[in-house]
Amino acid sequence: MIAYVIRRALYALPILLGVNVITFVLFFVVNSPDDMARLHLGNKHLTSAAIENWKAERGYDKPLLWNDAQSGAAQVTDTIFYRNTVKLLLFNFGQSDSGRDIGYDLSQRMGPSLAVTLPVFVLELLLTITLALVVAVLRGTYFDTWAVVLCVAMMSISSLFYIIGGQYLFGKILRLVPVSGFDGGSAALKFIVLPVLVSVIAALGYGTRWYRTLFLEEINRDYVRTARAKGLAERTVLFVHVLRNALIPILTGVVVILPTLFIGNLIVEAFFGIPGLGSYTIEAIQSQDFSIVRAMVFLGSLLYIVGLLLTDISYTLVDPRVRLE
Amino acid sequence: MRSPPPAALIVVCFVALMASLVGCDKRAWNDPYPSADGKRAIFYGAFSERPKHLDPVSSYSENEAQFTGQIYEPVLQYHFLKRPYQLVPLTATTLPEPRYFGSDGEPLADDAPAAAVAEAVYTVSLQHGILYQPHPAFARRADGGYYYHDLEAADVARYATLADFTHTGTRELTADDYVYEIKRLMHPHLHSPVAGLMGKYIKGLSSLGDKLRHDEADNHGFLDLRKYELPGARVIDRYTFEIRITEKYPQFRYWLAMPFFAPVPWEADRFYAQPGMSERNFTLDWFPVGTGPYMLTENNPNRRMVLQRNPNFRGEPYPTRGAPGDAVAGMLRMAGKTMPFIDTAYYSLEKEQIPQWSKFLQGYYDVAAVLPDSFDQAVQFGLKGEAQLTPSMQEKGVKLVTAVEQASYYMGFNMTDAVVGGDSERARLLRRAISIAVDFEEYIAIFANGRGLPANGPIPPEIFGHRAAQGGINSYVYEWRAGHAVRRGLEEARALLRAAGYPDGRDASSGEPLTLYYEAVSGGPSGKAQLNWYRKQFEKLGIQLVIRVTDYNRFQEKVREGTAQIFSWGWNADYPDPENFLFLLYGPNGKTKYGGENASNYRNQEFDRLYVQMRALPNSDERQQLIDRMVEIVRRDGPWLWGYHPMAYALNHAWYGNSKPNLMARNTLKYKTIDANLRAKLRHAWNAPRWWPLFTALVVLVLSAIPAYRSYRAKQRARAR
Repeated sequence: MIAYVIRRALYALPILLGVNVITFVLFFVVNSPDDMARLHLGNKHLTSAAIENWKAERGYDKPLLWNDAQSGAAQVTDTIFYRNTVKLLLFNFGQSDSGRDIGYDLSQRMGPSLAVTLPVFVLELLLTITLALVVAVLRGTYFDTWAVVLCVAMMSISSLFYIIGGQYLFGKILRLVPVSGFDGGSAALKFIVLPVLVSVIAALGYGTRWYRTLFLEEINRDYVRTARAKGLAERTVLFVHVLRNALIPILTGVVVILPTLFIGNLIVEAFFGIPGLGSYTIEAIQSQDFSIVRAMVFLGSLLYIVGLLLTDISYTLVDPRVRLE
Repeated sequence: MRSPPPAALIVVCFVALMASLVGCDKRAWNDPYPSADGKRAIFYGAFSERPKHLDPVSSYSENEAQFTGQIYEPVLQYHFLKRPYQLVPLTATTLPEPRYFGSDGEPLADDAPAAAVAEAVYTVSLQHGILYQPHPAFARRADGGYYYHDLEAADVARYATLADFTHTGTRELTADDYVYEIKRLMHPHLHSPVAGLMGKYIKGLSSLGDKLRHDEADNHGFLDLRKYELPGARVIDRYTFEIRITEKYPQFRYWLAMPFFAPVPWEADRFYAQPGMSERNFTLDWFPVGTGPYMLTENNPNRRMVLQRNPNFRGEPYPTRGAPGDAVAGMLRMAGKTMPFIDTAYYSLEKEQIPQWSKFLQGYYDVAAVLPDSFDQAVQFGLKGEAQLTPSMQEKGVKLVTAVEQASYYMGFNMTDAVVGGDSERARLLRRAISIAVDFEEYIAIFANGRGLPANGPIPPEIFGHRAAQGGINSYVYEWRAGHAVRRGLEEARALLRAAGYPDGRDASSGEPLTLYYEAVSGGPSGKAQLNWYRKQFEKLGIQLVIRVTDYNRFQEKVREGTAQIFSWGWNADYPDPENFLFLLYGPNGKTKYGGENASNYRNQEFDRLYVQMRALPNSDERQQLIDRMVEIVRRDGPWLWGYHPMAYALNHAWYGNSKPNLMARNTLKYKTIDANLRAKLRHAWNAPRWWPLFTALVVLVLSAIPAYRSYRAKQRARAR
């Protein structure tokens, strides 16, 4: 398995480089270094000398991908792309265009993101699996029909509706939690209750329906009938036999998102004022801060690759027939 | 299976969690602030965007000014109450009056013509005994050396915030600090937005910039600006300095009320330039050092920024005089009392308007802007069109405060364009016809919720040179009827269009329909409605308006390069002087040719000549007459559809006092008062938690689970078939 992991890690390098190239090209198709300078310096009383100074200080006065003015390797290395990419691959995120240390900001913002995404992940998984099992057991009854209708309805509603509705109901009408905000330490609890609750409810429809389908496939298999024929309690049949056998497709969707929990949820963080990495990314895009955008895309793609690798490894844990070679 | 229904489980968990969190606390459950703050004189506000710069040399945005204005003290400030806006001393003893000198160095009279003036000298005397806020940069050992001026990167790595530095110190404000800051305008790493502009005025500042750039290349640490001579800024003695500018520019005094001219102690630069500081985000941009009434004690713009009373602040008396009506309005209730009145100001990050509005209604923010989404909930218009609060707001005791902003939003024609631009009579008539057809009264009603005044020229109300009522109307677009300005009729516009050679919107010579191009920035669904509205306005004359929507960067580029034909633009005043608006039409400020702020690239020799005269004059009848002539010229030429002057609407809770809007001053927190007891009482009344809907929902869920459970049991007991 170690050889497999090393091979996958090596595969990741060209993928990361490719993602970096695509991000770079897309960003600079939309924003030129001059545009970035103007946005950072403001448009009032701005002189071309100020723009040139700003670009020179941040290395944006170099050519993007190829430097004709240089010779040899410097044609590649004396470019904006090379100077930024090499540092990034060494996990040196550098400074944002506004002068902040990106690594420090990431370390500060990861906690608030996890404070929301982690409980959402756990609760969502537990609730949707439990609900899906209940609905699967009651298949064919009116409860099953209405549950599916409800799930489809919940899937069709935008997550924004849940957020705004949740703030309105629990924060404004019932006055049980703050509408938005965040605080450190244990004081954070009262602020994360609502975003967690809203996120879990928003995910119930899709999750329940998806897992119901998985469980229904399993529930009609011969081994389930055999288990019942042996006289096992329905609870044992469901939670020991059906759930274990349905784990492979569940893991496919679940483990891959584990690492990405670190980078937060863009919309939830913006609406609830959670100072996590999701809102960090949004702010960077709005302020055309390429250094942060690039760092976040790099981090996101890296974590996704890690997630895929973990998924593969997890298969071997739940299904002894799977071997990584 | 006996597990409870999961939905019921959520509710039970939620209730249990909330119960454990709040326990026996009698405060409202939705209170986002620490319990100890309840009855203290704390201001609660919000910000939506992280301030980019808190270093006074770089800070230029409104969202930064709400912090920098309370921390830094330039030598002058705007009088809080008087209107029109007036400059008064802040750290200076008196308002500095310019002295003029000719090219031979001989003194000239105050009314000397601008052309004769080779140098204007402003001498500033400072008050004694003004102290900086406590800061580690000033901390000194018993031997006089600085505690924290020779740190290594490894030492700095031990500190997470400024509060972690054990020792702090202070010192008296001196003239050196102002001169030091003026030199900082040219610091190659600080990128002051006014460096280019001030380089044109302050003697020797541009060449200082060249020298600093050269020296900085060899020295990446602390660039000690004290070593550099600057002829345009010189210390006379400990409390006096002078600024020399290269021409007669009476508006220069307004710049002395802006943060670019606030003092910065060299110790702060020395402190922050040490290795490892910027890697820990210890910079002046993040942790400002000032002499003002407040200091920034918590800077976490991802969540909250906190200003606290500067313990070293000297105290400043509340104004004893104001504008007519201020005494009746209660604005002089605190006259003569020592400011500031508020101890702490919390600014919370609110990126979205809906939660911000909800928290204002719950009493968790003291003030709120009236935003489009909440406008109908807050404001309604009376029979005479006056804005007033809705009954629900009145019931809460909320106060509505309105003021005309010192700004102009206009639609500009590119005067270098072959169709709409130029000085020909044909183009002038075309522009005039369009000016009549585009109904900005309607625009204000639809898209600005009535928050604006139709503009008759470039100068907004409350600025010298603006004329109101009949004498101030743009007679090319309006006529005066029964005491009101009334937009001229479409027939008149069509006649002008015919005279321009475009009868019914077609070119008389070719028969082709007249097609014009409007450049716009994409702005979502509401933006689309605006663009459709513009198209319909032009259709009134039969003109086809092609709208080219692009991103902000490309839009700016098109205006800069002069390839945009028609576009919308705006200007917020730097200072309350007509020069700061009329310069937007001054030929040598053309954007395409000179990179200036004249986005329309308008050029009129007579206007330019009068502008040069006007800018050198103090406010007087003579100046007013010149302005009248200039305004008449641009109304006749019509390089802009004058658009409107926006109005700021703000809502204040009953406990927030001295809330007179002052749109030029940024240091207004010190004047405000908070009745913390009233706030605590009302918050308590407005935020009692409601449990019954939750319990009802729980019961419904449990009841709805019973049939499901019965189905399950029935299924379990059924015989095999």
